[in-house]
Amino acid sequence: MKYSADEIIEVVRMLSEEDLDIRSVTLSMNTLTLISDDVNKTLEKFNSLNPILEKFSYSVDKVSEKYGIKIVTKRVAVSPVQYFLEVLAESDGIKIGEKLEELAEKNGIDYISGYSAFADRGFTKGSLSVINTLAEVMNSTRRLTGMINAASTFSGLNSDAIKKFVDQIFSMKPEASSRVSILSNVPPDSPFVPSAHHGIGMPDMMINVAVSGPGVIENAIKRSSPSSLEELHDVIKRSAFKISRLGELIGKAVSKEIGVPFGSVDLSLAPSPKVGDSVAGIIEAMGIEKIGGHGSLSALAILMDAIKKGGSMATSHVGGLSSAFIPVSEDSIMAERALEGYVDFFTLLALSSVCNSGIDMVGVSKKQGKDKVIGLIMDVLSLGITLNKILGVRVIPVDSEPGTVIDLGGLLGKVVVMRLKDVSVERFTSLNGFIPNTIKRLEAG
Amino acid sequence: MENAIVVVVGADKPGIVAGISSKLAEENVNIVDISQTVLRGIFAMIMLVDISKSKVPLSELRKELQQKGKELNVEVLVYHEEVFKYMERI
Repeated sequence: MKYSADEIIEVVRMLSEEDLDIRSVTLSMNTLTLISDDVNKTLEKFNSLNPILEKFSYSVDKVSEKYGIKIVTKRVAVSPVQYFLEVLAESDGIKIGEKLEELAEKNGIDYISGYSAFADRGFTKGSLSVINTLAEVMNSTRRLTGMINAASTFSGLNSDAIKKFVDQIFSMKPEASSRVSILSNVPPDSPFVPSAHHGIGMPDMMINVAVSGPGVIENAIKRSSPSSLEELHDVIKRSAFKISRLGELIGKAVSKEIGVPFGSVDLSLAPSPKVGDSVAGIIEAMGIEKIGGHGSLSALAILMDAIKKGGSMATSHVGGLSSAFIPVSEDSIMAERALEGYVDFFTLLALSSVCNSGIDMVGVSKKQGKDKVIGLIMDVLSLGITLNKILGVRVIPVDSEPGTVIDLGGLLGKVVVMRLKDVSVERFTSLNGFIPNTIKRLEAG
Repeated sequence: MENAIVVVVGADKPGIVAGISSKLAEENVNIVDISQTVLRGIFAMIMLVDISKSKVPLSELRKELQQKGKELNVEVLVYHEEVFKYMERI
């Protein structure tokens, strides 16, 4: 036979037992041609997207059925709404948000992303309007997502954007705040929400793909029980290659089916709350009894490097965040370790220094005060601009006390409300303005 | 030639090969190669089949084979060959 029985069984096991699937196929599209200074005209123009969205939705289902590969979500990324609001009233943002929601719902799109703005150095009318309407828009939608890029290696870190963002998320329902994030150095081609948006320099349309297969790597480590760090690295690299190849296959197939260029595969390992689909499970399979223990950072660094080396062999179209996500609620073992106290905010910050995720899907108690959340975001984004990395924060402010759990269901999972360090940082966080771009900026010229 | 891989997992008993291959023949799908192994400690039959002259698309064939599998009390998994080519070959 062309393939040995072992090769076939290896693939079948990954797909049928180890939850290897495609987390998302994302159609990224330029929507700037729909801009008008009359909001009614803009809303009308948005209707012209229906045929392509319908075709996209149909094509993803067709490819999934043909190959026998599960595609968990269909997503659409649009040009940042900021650009629309440069020439419209702030309140028109809400109408555009509702229109995007309607388009997604009508065409069977799970998430539509791009209620977003860039404010890394300062505000424009458009970026300010997006931030000021975030809570109202997210509270009235379910499929719309957005991000604020509040820091970049090139421009510095805008603390005023962070403060306004925190004001907004404190007014959101928990589920709504799971659909917004604040980032440094957001990539232009992310297939993941909320960071997905149609970025600058991209072609009119493209297909970006996100894979999910932490279980494959965890099981590969357990089966091979490596005796040296080189062996461990090699086992992960080989599995990462295979996982990313599946992303490349499906991305190219959807691209061909719909007649839109293939954009990129995000090499990130995305966990889900299902048992056996956990990034923390990989770290623990590597020999750290509970993630958060000393050595976790080193283990994650090995995992990240091996994923990138294996993944870069699998596809020439690398994009998005290409990391190992360490969300707390979306990873059952992370959530458990957070509840047990092995993972706290400083553990997550430390882990963020070797991956491109940040503080993701963690509950914070509103009772602890906004200053601490602002400080936390400043910490993560400062890491981003100091290390020249993509990093973000997605926290869920809730009324309950630290140590409690809010169940958001589905892929979002159980949100653990983690205790912020009980130290007032208000005198620091109340300083206005931006943190100047760091010396890293000068590496580019 | 366009191929698919059919994996049948279940206790080995008379009638399984006949049941699956007759369904394949019915849809004009030719068996190119066949081998057997063990998956999850259970007997597994692997077939490489040519679907280029199939009367039905692969998604439909998968449904029919899985229905047949239910009757025979075995699990049937069907994937396009490209999946294996991409993941097992550079």
